[in-house]
Amino acid sequence: MNFARLVFIVAAKDLRAELRTKEAVNAALAFALVILLLFSFAFDPSAETTRDIAGGLLWIVFAFAGVLVLNRSFARELANDCLDALIAAPVPAAALFLGKVLANYFLVLAVELVSLPVFGVFYNVPWTSRFWQLMLVVALGTWGLAVIGTVFSALTVNIRLREVMLPLLIYPIMIPALMGAMQLTSDLVVGKPIGPENVAWLKMLAGFDVIYTAVSLLLVETVLVG
Amino acid sequence: MSAVEVEGVWKFYGDFPALRDVRLEAGAGSCLALIGRNGAGKTTLLRIMAGFSRPGRGQVRIFGSPPRETSTRRRMGFIGHGIAVYDELSALENLTLFGRLYGLPDPRRSALEWLERTGLARVRDGLVREFSRGMRQRLAVARAFLHDPGVLLLDEPFTALDDRAIAVLQRLLAEALAAGKTIVMSTHQLREALELASHVALLNRGQVAFHGPRTPEMAADPGLVYARYGEGG
Repeated sequence: MNFARLVFIVAAKDLRAELRTKEAVNAALAFALVILLLFSFAFDPSAETTRDIAGGLLWIVFAFAGVLVLNRSFARELANDCLDALIAAPVPAAALFLGKVLANYFLVLAVELVSLPVFGVFYNVPWTSRFWQLMLVVALGTWGLAVIGTVFSALTVNIRLREVMLPLLIYPIMIPALMGAMQLTSDLVVGKPIGPENVAWLKMLAGFDVIYTAVSLLLVETVLVG
Repeated sequence: MSAVEVEGVWKFYGDFPALRDVRLEAGAGSCLALIGRNGAGKTTLLRIMAGFSRPGRGQVRIFGSPPRETSTRRRMGFIGHGIAVYDELSALENLTLFGRLYGLPDPRRSALEWLERTGLARVRDGLVREFSRGMRQRLAVARAFLHDPGVLLLDEPFTALDDRAIAVLQRLLAEALAAGKTIVMSTHQLREALELASHVALLNRGQVAFHGPRTPEMAADPGLVYARYGEGG
């Protein structure tokens, strides 16, 4: 069967299951909003400080909230031994993996897209001035997070302390992508466009996504079956 | 060509050999009952046959091909310890999902047909998390049979089934054998298994202690294989 169709079937299954329970999305969204709120009350940042920390703050919130979604990705398959049924099906491991990445991507992206306006209101930042460039950075950064998070979610699914292990494993690997996303986001929310000065970060972010997607696709059969 | 061939399979957990040079085969249309005490290696062997785990040494062939090949997986059905269906989806959504993953020409029609055969048509739109244990088990049976597999690998299929689910499963297994399908099942329920089995393999601490045709004496006295070939035999 068509590879893309299998990817879509797996992604649709995960999205439908998540939207029925909303377990991960609700937790991630609540976490993101509470952190944004707490930071705004705790530090009452000036406009200048906000400009400096915007990228870092947003991507730390996105990364931590995203892990709550990513932790559920393969953990959902543990109930009733559903992972066995997926592995037994004639679906290439790469299609199974990409389907899960796609579902996680949309879920994390949804959390981010709700968090951004809240950030704009609480911190009084006109974050929409470079909207489409910011969306490009958010899309690329989120893809990297979804890929790394999904592959490590598969790797840690049978570990008892997987909720702790997943962030410990993915954040060090995510550092290059997070640095690029933070730097670009900081520039874009204050209206500085992507140009010769910062385009290298965008290239690194895109390169990170391409490399880790390719490596994950090569390794996923081994990760799932051993 | 045998439908299932296990050739010199070893499996290690750390230094512990869970399977030691296991050699078995099941011909097309036969039913192999895999028996043995807890920890003998039955589940490990079935999981390797199903392609969920790789052997340390040796190989498994299903219709002459490795179990991880896509074309081979299309011809295998598996029932494990879990029901392997999603609590958050309805019975119909679950079976349609697996029908799509197996590339069935009309997944919804096949799903409806199997819901009918397993007595779940009335609750087809109900979420699995709201089902009784027996209904969940019948749905698991429907999932395993949905794509008309040539080889059925069943790990303790009768354990914890209610009367109705046992009757459904026994009927479907008898029909599958009559249609020339191959069944390999691990079980502690010797009486049910030996009624159906054409061959028996006894695993003892990861090794095959006996492998041969099921005789009328075995069917009459299910403990006979253990008594002759088991640890106490």
